[in-house]
Amino acid sequence: MSDQNYIPKSKFGKWFNDRLPLLTLASHLTDYPTPKNLNYWWTFGGILTFCLITQIVTGLTLAMHYIAHADMAFESVEHIMRDVNYGWLIRYIHANGASMFFLAVYIHIFRSLFYGSYKSPREIIWILGIIIYLLMMAAAFMGYVLPWGQMSFWGATVITNLFSAIPLVGEGIVTWLWGGYSVDNPTLTRFFTLHYLIPFLILGLVVLHIWALHVPGNNNPVGIDIQKPSKDTVPFHPYIVIKDGFALLMFMIVFAFFVFYTPNILGHADNYIEANPLVTPAHIVPEWYLLPFYAILRSVPDKLLGVIAMLSAILILAALPWLDTSKIRSAVFRPLYKQFYWILVADVLILGYVGAMPAEGLYLLIARIATTYYFLHFLVILPILGFREKTLPVPMSITEPVLGGSPNLAMAKSNESIKR
Amino acid sequence: MKNFFGILFLLSLLIGIPISSNSAEKVEYLKTDWSFKGLFGKFDRGSLQRGYQVYTEVCSSCHSMKYLSYRNLAEKGGPEFTTQQAKTIAASFEVVDGPNADGEMFTRPGKLSDKFVMPYENVKAAQAANGGAYPPDMSVLVKARAGGVDYIYSLLQGYEDPPAGMNLDDGVYYNKYMYGNKIKMSNQLSDGLIEYADGTNSTVEQMSKDVTTFLMWAAEPHLESRHQMGFKAIIYLIILTILVYFSMKRIWSRIETKV
Repeated sequence: MSDQNYIPKSKFGKWFNDRLPLLTLASHLTDYPTPKNLNYWWTFGGILTFCLITQIVTGLTLAMHYIAHADMAFESVEHIMRDVNYGWLIRYIHANGASMFFLAVYIHIFRSLFYGSYKSPREIIWILGIIIYLLMMAAAFMGYVLPWGQMSFWGATVITNLFSAIPLVGEGIVTWLWGGYSVDNPTLTRFFTLHYLIPFLILGLVVLHIWALHVPGNNNPVGIDIQKPSKDTVPFHPYIVIKDGFALLMFMIVFAFFVFYTPNILGHADNYIEANPLVTPAHIVPEWYLLPFYAILRSVPDKLLGVIAMLSAILILAALPWLDTSKIRSAVFRPLYKQFYWILVADVLILGYVGAMPAEGLYLLIARIATTYYFLHFLVILPILGFREKTLPVPMSITEPVLGGSPNLAMAKSNESIKR
Repeated sequence: MKNFFGILFLLSLLIGIPISSNSAEKVEYLKTDWSFKGLFGKFDRGSLQRGYQVYTEVCSSCHSMKYLSYRNLAEKGGPEFTTQQAKTIAASFEVVDGPNADGEMFTRPGKLSDKFVMPYENVKAAQAANGGAYPPDMSVLVKARAGGVDYIYSLLQGYEDPPAGMNLDDGVYYNKYMYGNKIKMSNQLSDGLIEYADGTNSTVEQMSKDVTTFLMWAAEPHLESRHQMGFKAIIYLIILTILVYFSMKRIWSRIETKV
């Protein structure tokens, strides 16, 4: 697995590789030593790459037929659905693809939380991931505005208005964002531009995310470092490629079911009504994947504090590697953390549920308790837990869960091959 | 692995919950068998043609359908009128075209490529003629209402006398299924209102079902090919998944670890 020693067989290959080591890169990617004990929760990285590429390809095709103009956007979407060859298919893949993307990213994030993948030495991978997630939310939100339906328009109005909470300059910023004094054509065209741009930023960050991953290598379900690469790892190809491929196909079946049989279930009916600035929908609700944060926003009575709470809820994740004081990575060996982990999962699901409900009465009370708990988990429970928790004995190596082996710096060895 | 897919399945169910529970307080809609639901769902051709008749003879005097063209009526997966029939239908409408060589607008009989002629010039004209309420465009109406086809089907049959103590303004009617129970459209359907070309008995129930089927097709003109392609795609994926599964088992059998 020492792929820096890779020498192309053909003369031309060698000539080329000396000038641009693409073949070395390819060799590194195929030989990349991967812990052999990875479970299926580790397949979502590959699935997410597939989601991103699917969104970009379908998005490019849609952009060829879509018209970013307040008077024509809705009609052009109907044109795509009716008259463009397989336009309905491309649009439904793109619209449901966003939901599938978020489903996969939430699984990916919660896998990381369970197995402590964010801990040293993987903090940068984690932070890059958080930035990707933020950009995904921005892209998804702006994409939802493009069909120029009622939810597009009013969602855009609500979210952009959040910036008005900023003291002094808030109103000015909102006018600047809108390109006018209300959400209108200039807002639509700039959202389209940014919606087109962001996926490529995400793509760049994904490259960095994977690069940063290939420095220390993958975490794994037992959360310990690789001791003997020859015993503990398998080459990425074919072992991980085929396993990721299998999981991806399972994922695609679910995806296809949504696209072909219930393409509109994840959307809101109001978005098939053309935007009308004079008629406000009864309930303005964001897409399902933003609901937990929407619940946090509404649970705070003050607008500015609400916005701060919502942003902190995401940004707090970036500080997670330092908030979690435990030296043990995997929740498998942390009996207490494991319980708090599942409470957090439930807490986020509850937030998502109340986010879809009107912010009043019991729902509001539940939202407030759940919001408080969310922050409590990261700011109080995790730091204390690291000191107080009695963890279970951790195996010495990935292959020999019980038998002893001498701990060494083998991991550094596997690094050498990548750092060049 | 079992555990993994179990959790995955639960998660995929969960993401559906917040959306569906939105409508928890709604009344039960009337149920009927829709031929276009399910894995192999297809439109009932006769119902679509009758539905079109209901639309033209009843709805179209107020409701536009601006995203449909007359050619759609003859396309596969739709009412499948013959091209000749669709041409005749189109020609029965007056379309404003122009300007001609003299710079004048003129009217001519409709062609297959024309969009459905709208009953009013614009939204304001429609509102003015309907007591301030805009009769919504029907092109995607079924998808623009939370209850979908069941809601439309029920609404058409949901006219009742208002409960005692409820005062309705002029031009406002009571409907069991309407949001807030007040609707500005009066009851449009009555038994025997129209004479179906195919001789079907035109009960209110029959007309409601036919026109709703027609609206479903109008909103999703490619529904049939979507269902057909979906079935093929999913079968293909399942077979491929099985093949890849066995390849994976084979490859991983080279080392002692289980997948």
